[in-house]
Amino acid sequence: MRAPLSWLKDFAPFDAPPAVLAETLDDLGLVVEGVEHIGEGLEGVVVARVDGIAAIAGADRIRKVTVDAGMGPQEIVCGATNFAVGDLVPLAPVGTTLPGGLTIGRRTMRGVTSDGMLCSGRELGLTDDHAGLLVIGPGEGIVPGVQLTEALGIVPDIVFDVTVEGNRPDAWCIAGVARDLAARLRLPYTGLPPAPPVPPVPSVPTAPPVPPLPTMSPVAPAPVGSLASLVVDDRDLCPRMTVRVLVDVDTGPSPTWLARRLVMAGMRPINRIVDASNYVMLELGQPTHPYDLDRLAGTGLVVRRARPAETVQTLDGVVRTLGTPGRSLGDRGEDCLICDAAGTPVGIGGIMGGTSSEITDATTRVLLEAAYFTPMAIARTSKRLGLRTEASIRFERGCDPWGIDRAAERFCELAGGTAAPGVLDVRGKVPDPIRLRLPLARVSSVLGIELAGDEVASLIGPIGFACNLEPREDDGGDTLVVTVPTNRPDVRPSPHGIEDVIEEVARTYGYSKLPRRQPSWPAPGRLTDRQRERRLVADVLCGMGIDEAWTPAFVSSADLSHAGLSGPAVRVANPLVSDEPFLRRTLLAGLCRAVAYNVDRRQEHVRLFELGTVFGTPREHPPQASELPIERELVSVALAGTGDDARSAVDVWCGLAGALGLDRRSMTLEADRTIPGLHPTRSARVVTSSGEVVGAVGEVDPEVARAFVPGLANGRRIGWLEADLGLLLDSSVVSRRPDLVLPVSRYPSADVDLALVVDEETPAGRVAEAIEDSGGELLESVHLFDVYRGGSVGQGRKSLAFRLRFCALDRTLTDEEVAACRSRVLEGVAASVNAVLR
Amino acid sequence: MIDVGRIEHEALAELDAASSLGELEAAEQEVLGKRSGLALAHRSLGSLDPEQRRVSGRELHEARLRLEQAFAEARRRLAAAERAQLLAEDTLDLSEGLVADPGLRRGHLHVVTQTRRALEDTFVGMGFSVAEGSEAETDWYNFEALNIPPAHPARGMFDTFYLELGEPETIMLRTHTSPVQIHLLEDAVAAGTLPVHAVIPGRCYRRDTPDARHLAVFHQIEGLVVDRGITFADLAGTIETFTGAYFGADIHSRFRPAYFPFTEPSAEFEITCTLCRGEGCRTCSGTGWIELGGCGMVDPAVLDAVGVDRSTWSGFAFGFGIDRCAQMRHGIADMRALVENDLRFLRQF
Repeated sequence: MRAPLSWLKDFAPFDAPPAVLAETLDDLGLVVEGVEHIGEGLEGVVVARVDGIAAIAGADRIRKVTVDAGMGPQEIVCGATNFAVGDLVPLAPVGTTLPGGLTIGRRTMRGVTSDGMLCSGRELGLTDDHAGLLVIGPGEGIVPGVQLTEALGIVPDIVFDVTVEGNRPDAWCIAGVARDLAARLRLPYTGLPPAPPVPPVPSVPTAPPVPPLPTMSPVAPAPVGSLASLVVDDRDLCPRMTVRVLVDVDTGPSPTWLARRLVMAGMRPINRIVDASNYVMLELGQPTHPYDLDRLAGTGLVVRRARPAETVQTLDGVVRTLGTPGRSLGDRGEDCLICDAAGTPVGIGGIMGGTSSEITDATTRVLLEAAYFTPMAIARTSKRLGLRTEASIRFERGCDPWGIDRAAERFCELAGGTAAPGVLDVRGKVPDPIRLRLPLARVSSVLGIELAGDEVASLIGPIGFACNLEPREDDGGDTLVVTVPTNRPDVRPSPHGIEDVIEEVARTYGYSKLPRRQPSWPAPGRLTDRQRERRLVADVLCGMGIDEAWTPAFVSSADLSHAGLSGPAVRVANPLVSDEPFLRRTLLAGLCRAVAYNVDRRQEHVRLFELGTVFGTPREHPPQASELPIERELVSVALAGTGDDARSAVDVWCGLAGALGLDRRSMTLEADRTIPGLHPTRSARVVTSSGEVVGAVGEVDPEVARAFVPGLANGRRIGWLEADLGLLLDSSVVSRRPDLVLPVSRYPSADVDLALVVDEETPAGRVAEAIEDSGGELLESVHLFDVYRGGSVGQGRKSLAFRLRFCALDRTLTDEEVAACRSRVLEGVAASVNAVLR
Repeated sequence: MIDVGRIEHEALAELDAASSLGELEAAEQEVLGKRSGLALAHRSLGSLDPEQRRVSGRELHEARLRLEQAFAEARRRLAAAERAQLLAEDTLDLSEGLVADPGLRRGHLHVVTQTRRALEDTFVGMGFSVAEGSEAETDWYNFEALNIPPAHPARGMFDTFYLELGEPETIMLRTHTSPVQIHLLEDAVAAGTLPVHAVIPGRCYRRDTPDARHLAVFHQIEGLVVDRGITFADLAGTIETFTGAYFGADIHSRFRPAYFPFTEPSAEFEITCTLCRGEGCRTCSGTGWIELGGCGMVDPAVLDAVGVDRSTWSGFAFGFGIDRCAQMRHGIADMRALVENDLRFLRQF
């Protein structure tokens, strides 16, 4: 919100330097995002008349302009072209410093010496326009040589750009900012005089009665009740509405001071009536709506729920459909519709008026609506219609239901014309002031400071919280009875409102003055096993030369189908990018895209991993308690470096499994042709001994790789590893090596090499297991060191060469013992995997 | 008479002729071995008369000692020369390794992971445990229990991605890590394990078009303390301790009033600008302070929603962006670099 200092000063004598005021506002939670100095730096700028324009030889972007600024002809070099001889333009003479800090020097360009600079609106800090010079319209007293500020009627001022939090509708106006600021600076807050009492006209839905007002003067207009009617059918949506009528209004431009303030506050002046309504909203925070009384088919207003599919054309020209429930939670399509007395819709209550009754140049009689709308209802309607207006933003945060009268009165003061005596006022259940009992002990237990009752009263009293000290009670503490002003809808009733009042105490006391204390507690801080091991996984992968990536959670249907997952996926109702509406089910798409990004940038050694969540559709059998998607945390690795393939992926898997202490025997790689997105003949699932699949390892299917990474060099493969971290780190799923260390033998070991011929289909891993199973406890290790096919091995068979190392803890093995081990292994593998010695 | 001088002279000539350890060994054999002139002369001593034998014997002995010493010295010299030669041939310019294509190097943790770990470690050191939760949530956990009922204007603060699951707008991607607060408190109340002292790092989602300072998917860390006698002073002290511990002893914190539906009183906290250390610069708009996060006392409505007995327990919560911390610390001009996965970016950390 833009708050001009001169306007704030209507309410209290703010004489402190602007920087101090800005700091004070910050400390009050009215954060100043910027301070604008209007008219500053324009002191030296004068009005000049263009007397001649000439080309400069050899230059096509600049021209020589002869101007007169009251001191005879001066030559200026200028690049703009939007003016003609006779125009009045701003001249910054040599030596002037412009608002942006630029000091004008005498410069010579193409042999022409420039005696200053002709300025654009942006260079002067007046407008955003930089397309050409600010051409000054003719006007009284605007002659060459006068100060630009004088010519434009610019009075130096300071505008604070204040951010008001959503819970402070009271502060979202000039009066509100001034109230807080005056209270903190302990200045008298004069405010506006309260609206003169206007006798309310009790209004009944059927027949608006004639007000019992005597005429104020012989020419006074008829009382409001004879000019207009007001019926409010649905007072849950509109708990209070008032109507006033102004006659003999003038819809010409507003007085200069008022228009100027609107501009400084960021609004465009339109006509006296609309401006007055906007002015009141900016000043007091209460939106009002003026109708052209004579354009209402029935002279008066009826307020009711919109019927299903009812339409109204709003001031922005759009036809809005109302009364239809939206998708939002709890939105039952309840919209507050304003109709004229004949029942024709003329506006959406609290959001936007309709075109049919808009104020025009021809308007002479105005019906002013000033109302209090139910905040939640405004919020729902505004959200569903996608229509946020100055009014809706204020009403949905909550206006002061008892501030309406003053706002309407202020409008009548500013709008001109003559106000018809009286006011139509229909009330439903209007929120009453909240009264709370605030134990002072509670203040100290929340804030950690001791404040006496009169101190609290002196802090929050000036911002409208009336406090009365209640005598000490049996429980020993003093209590303040606090009456919350009706412009503070953020303060809840008791008990939660007590904290709201305490926040006001803290705010007015000053957060910066509150004490600090480092709390302590006996429980030690720690990471969980899962968190430590997740770190370990990432560290191990880094150690293996793999970089961590962070890829998008949202994917397209093409991403999913490329990754072989075209089945059901969780869909985002309102995706940011319309063709990426799905939550990822795999990290394959993201990592392959990241590989592509780097391959396209000619990066080498592209090896990436990610730890991330994937989402599955909720389980149907058995049904879940809620409709939440099923989340799994995956670790995935894409290896696209030189020479990488399924083998490197297995290496990475071994490194990872080893680091996590996973027992190799508890997990097997089961070749599987059906793993989505993976190479059918070079991939396997990682399966636990109990049959649980914890991941997959292998290669990305070459077709998938080509789809995601078109730039992948011929013959390059992408090794792939993916594991469900939740399962992998769950010791009830995957068994771990015991913590206890195995003793190491002090005696020499003996190696036995065996070349075993087995069927092609028999995995080496299975053969190694068979060796381990038959090797007995003397077998220290088994490693495959050669694979051979062809020759004497025979078709459909392969020779696997293993090195077996035998060792005993308590002695050197004899040749006979080693030979016995060897024959036992040979018998074992012959029986279990049909292996024969080559 | 034995000409010891000549024998010694000839022996030294042999020694001098040797240019390698091998030749030297051969020469030594030649000169001092069993068949050498010296050995022959020694054997011929017996044919001399006693006086000559004595003189020549001593001369021969002395000559042998001198020659042995000369050979030992020559051996050392040649060995040194040969080693020098070998070493010279073995010379390696190690800086080649510095500038060559390094091939497979160590991998790099993502800068966000590194930042998250550093933040977690700081808080663990302050006695916090680390809690996590799911990224999709129900309306109750993401909004309602946090004192944000349906249609509350505060929902406008959180542009939400809703999932097409269940009734419309009932399941969403969490817009903050705060739902985990609700889970922690519900669980602690059910299990009777209050107090709670936890930080909650994690991924959050808001439907904001990404720009240099915002991502639609981002990381937050928040803290929750619910214990006996916790006041706003404890919150301010915790933030100040954290600020000094994580950013450095010369970085301080300050509070100003703010609004969050789930805390009351609420504050925004700023820290000394980490770039100019408080001097004032472009980043902090000359104020010497930069905004870091939000905090406050847990709202009584939140404690009531999860059934925490407010006559015994009170608490505070705070939260801020992990990505933002990374951005500040490393001067990352555009946040979108964090999700581009450009190795030239990732490998700088």
